[in-house]
Amino acid sequence: MTEEKKDFFVSDISLSYQYTAGNATTRFLNKVAEGKLVAQKCPKCSAVYVPPRGSCPRCGIATEEELELPDTGAVESFTIVHIPIPGNPIVPPYVSAMIRLDGADISFLHLIQEIDLAEIRIGMRVQAVWKDKSEWGTTLENIKWFKPTGEDDVDPLVFKFKE
Amino acid sequence: MKDIYILAYAQNPIVADAKAANEVELIMPVVHQVFEQTGFTQNDIGFTCSGSCDYLQGAAFAFVEGLSAIQTNPPIKESHVEMDAAWALYESILKIRMGDAETALIYGFGKSSPGDLPFVSTLQTDPYYMSPLWPDKISLAALQAQLLMNKGVLTKKDMFKALTQSISNAKNNPNALVTAVPSEDDYLSADYLSSPLSAFDCAPISDGASAMIIGTEEAVAKLGQPKIKISGVHHSIESSNFGARDLSTSESIIGLGKKINLKSVKLDFAELHTQFTYEIPFIRGLLDLGNLDINLSGGPLAGNVMMAAGLDSIGKSYELLKNSDFHNGLAHASSGPCLQQNMLVHLEKIND
Repeated sequence: MTEEKKDFFVSDISLSYQYTAGNATTRFLNKVAEGKLVAQKCPKCSAVYVPPRGSCPRCGIATEEELELPDTGAVESFTIVHIPIPGNPIVPPYVSAMIRLDGADISFLHLIQEIDLAEIRIGMRVQAVWKDKSEWGTTLENIKWFKPTGEDDVDPLVFKFKE
Repeated sequence: MKDIYILAYAQNPIVADAKAANEVELIMPVVHQVFEQTGFTQNDIGFTCSGSCDYLQGAAFAFVEGLSAIQTNPPIKESHVEMDAAWALYESILKIRMGDAETALIYGFGKSSPGDLPFVSTLQTDPYYMSPLWPDKISLAALQAQLLMNKGVLTKKDMFKALTQSISNAKNNPNALVTAVPSEDDYLSADYLSSPLSAFDCAPISDGASAMIIGTEEAVAKLGQPKIKISGVHHSIESSNFGARDLSTSESIIGLGKKINLKSVKLDFAELHTQFTYEIPFIRGLLDLGNLDINLSGGPLAGNVMMAAGLDSIGKSYELLKNSDFHNGLAHASSGPCLQQNMLVHLEKIND
């Protein structure tokens, strides 16, 4: 019997982690599970962060003060996705957008639907469309997507970071 | 060449599991403490450098998030090493020596509790020939310990002595994680994790962060505190191929001892970055340290925050010199399996 000669072998690489969001983000996610968007404010420069990470990256200090924001905002930036991504259940074309909630100083990535793709633009007013309450968990996926409100656009200059 | 001094150092209480707290939340307190000690703000810092390992967090570029712990507006000069923060200190020393900065802020952080540390460490070995075999950190250390025992360099008794001395000393460090000294019976009867090492021989899984500020003579003069000078610092690395190394000795450590001219210094103590009991008698022999006090802070066996513990050896040496009659301390940092890479730092108290 001759032994088969191999000049390579496959070694699987995987490590599992128990990921933790951080104390501040944990507080945020627990509120999201109740349908509330609770931002955190820098005690020094007053910048409002949502989702909060627990610190103001400009000042390097903890953002302890919390304030609830509405689920309305404006499109700060967007892209229309035409190419399907393996494993992604959303059917293209769809809109990925940076949403700036009213009262926030940073934006976060979410979807925009219930819209004519030709209409999407920076400054467009949008509002969250929530899943049914029975499906809520500690995730921003509680919001299915954002949809246009039909209100007048905001001036894109409002997106400039406060000095 | 400019003389460089340590101006401040802070360490978080070391915990086995920091729970929900993330890295930013671990870093912020120590950075604020070193600013408090010096009266500096980020605006007084010429260069900022951190040490961490993305594999500990399990996310690419995780170290960037760590920057949220410090003030970055107005923009700062910043760098990072995917290593222990002792090497972030080394980079900072070079920056100051090159005249690019007068002061530097260094921080290191590690949260080992979320993953399986012995295997996470495997990914720091050579990715082509070594890590696909998944040798874990404890087994690699055990290989070296067994070799040293076979060669008669050290015994299990030496290891027990190193352990009890370290843990007894841990009472000097309010941030230490392990303070209960085991009995010899408990030690000798403990199950092996990897022969000849039991859990007692291994530094505990730890979460935490540490920070340090260094600066030039002008910077330390303003503080009106004892001047602790970095009189010598060198590092060297051996091959990543275990077969190419003689694990029964350490060319790196012996060479560094010569480079730093240890023979000419009357040391008062040494703080060694020893993550396994056997490494203490091993390095004691390699550097010919005789009966010198080693790890008066308890060292990594009493709490071992990955990517900060090497900086802690230097920081604890600084604290000892500052708060005692000692004049000369030796600090050691290491990286990689079986003490592959090492750094020696000679710290000296300068009397005006």
